[in-house]
Amino acid sequence: MRKILLATLLLGLISTLKAKGVELTGAGATFPYPLYSKMFDVYYQTTGVKVNYQAIGSGGGIQQLIAKTVDFAGSDAPMTPEEESKAGTEVLHIPTCLGAVVITFNLKGIKELKLTPDIIADIYLGHIKYWDDPRIQKLNPDVKLPKLPVTPIYRSDGSGTTFVFSDYLTKSDIKWAEKLGRGKSLNWPKGVGGKGNAGVAALVEQIEGAVGYIELAYAKQNNMPVALIKNKKGNFIRPDIESISKAADVKIPEHLRVSITDTDNPEGYPISSFTWILIYKDLSYLKDMRKAQELYKLLYWMTHEGQHYTKELDYAPLPQSVVKIIEKNLKTLTFEGKKLQ
Amino acid sequence: MINKRSKNKSEGGSISPFAIFRSTKSQDIVFVQILKISALLVSIVIVAFLATLLLSSWPFVKTFGLKALVLRVWDPINDNYGALPFIVTTVLVSVLALILSVPFSLSVAFLTKERYLPKRIKDLLTTSLNLITAIPSVIYGFWGLFALAPIMRIIQLKFGYPPYGVGILTAVLVLTIMIIPLSASIASEVIKLVPEELEEASYALGANTYETNLKVILPIARSGILAGFLLSLGRALGETMAVTMVIGNFNNFPSNLLGPSNTIASLIANQFNEASGIHQSGLIFLGLILFLITLIFNFTGNLLILRRLQK
Repeated sequence: MRKILLATLLLGLISTLKAKGVELTGAGATFPYPLYSKMFDVYYQTTGVKVNYQAIGSGGGIQQLIAKTVDFAGSDAPMTPEEESKAGTEVLHIPTCLGAVVITFNLKGIKELKLTPDIIADIYLGHIKYWDDPRIQKLNPDVKLPKLPVTPIYRSDGSGTTFVFSDYLTKSDIKWAEKLGRGKSLNWPKGVGGKGNAGVAALVEQIEGAVGYIELAYAKQNNMPVALIKNKKGNFIRPDIESISKAADVKIPEHLRVSITDTDNPEGYPISSFTWILIYKDLSYLKDMRKAQELYKLLYWMTHEGQHYTKELDYAPLPQSVVKIIEKNLKTLTFEGKKLQ
Repeated sequence: MINKRSKNKSEGGSISPFAIFRSTKSQDIVFVQILKISALLVSIVIVAFLATLLLSSWPFVKTFGLKALVLRVWDPINDNYGALPFIVTTVLVSVLALILSVPFSLSVAFLTKERYLPKRIKDLLTTSLNLITAIPSVIYGFWGLFALAPIMRIIQLKFGYPPYGVGILTAVLVLTIMIIPLSASIASEVIKLVPEELEEASYALGANTYETNLKVILPIARSGILAGFLLSLGRALGETMAVTMVIGNFNNFPSNLLGPSNTIASLIANQFNEASGIHQSGLIFLGLILFLITLIFNFTGNLLILRRLQK
């Protein structure tokens, strides 16, 4: 009896070993996680290549890439020079989709507001104290604003969302650049912090007069009001899939590690950002040519066919101009001196 | 007991590789060895813990020294690390919660002993106490955020503060409710240990329930009750999830008890995920400080208890 059991166990083990083809592992940003799990699921069904992705946060993903314990990392922010020197060799930044940070608010009966970067900055810096401030009223002549204190809500946990938000305000408002700057955790002078998108959304929904910044996908799925933001060219832009993709449709440098907040595109939503997959340009450390090959194929698929899955999950697809540059970048991947294809 | 069982088993007669352990003496040796190894492992874990904290916080201490303990601004972007607000808030919130919880947990503990209550009600009370202790802290956090915060908002408005709902007092109240069952169940166990004769004698001398409880039982059970409070303080100091959800996560000195702030545990929970380099090391340093604060409270508590026992 025991022998039979052992034999079946062994057989099972052998068959799983046999079925196991190439497996790829990645870790990093939580923001694109819903999209990645959809993409990797479809990819597994069509190609049989299994991709594991753990959403442990951008910082953790980069650290694992540096330690070479993963094949690729996901990140909402490009690597810092310090991280890059730790990595040693060149790391490619491949954008996979676009996301946006939207400004949401809690004002009874008001569904739409127009805001400018200097007003957003002054709200968070504590200079604008009440909603009926003449500067906000002047932008929104048709809206009856209440005499209600403004309560800024921010992300208390270190996050790519805070990075994108503060990166935008650092570019567009001089006071912000001097006082707070850009980063994943800031020294907020006013307001209260919520943990994660859900924490910020909960506080905004509870406190009348609150204003908060969250990911577009989260605001859409929970039907929260969003503000139209004035972009660099002076147009008030509603955050949606088209206006976010437009934000990336500008002149982009070949290395792709670029912030597209405060975009030059007149139709672009100004608080948009890429999210990247990071890989080593020289993949020799993977030790397995097949693995390197599959990694190349996966990235090609994600930036081409994979883009079809972005819209249904409220992410914006990459514009063609960016996909062209990605193709060029992917062609520079090597394994032991040989080019991949 | 052990002897009897091992004898019965060896009578069974079948030979197995474990036969050598059947004799009483070798069984005892094995048993004692297992105890020793477990005890040693626990101590090793604590030492290893401390060593890891020290090692990982070293880069931070090397760069900034210990001045983070007295600085007030926590700004990772510009590499300013001041931890004083978090240390103050941590101690403030935990001690306030403990003070608020004392009358309630003592009353509950005395009630579980009272004779005039039917046994069924007392059992119900004890069981529910034990059940409440087992509720995960994230549930308390949810409750604080969605049930307590709206009430706090009304209070904040009444006193002319911004109606955030979350803040230090909200965190204190949530913590108080969290630690009442813990200290109450320990206190009630200790009170049960007080010899019944003393209680009877007290009543016989004409003392009423109030006098019996406060002047006879309490002094005897005091050290045990104190130990229970210390355990709950430890829980309050390190509580992370519930506090993070309701304290407002504002990295600065609290301007008032109704305003938002941040404890060491909640700051670490918030920032550790995306921290790297010196920022990460700084957060680990704060973890070390929290470890030390807990140790200090425990040691003083133990000292108090010992002194009382010696008297």
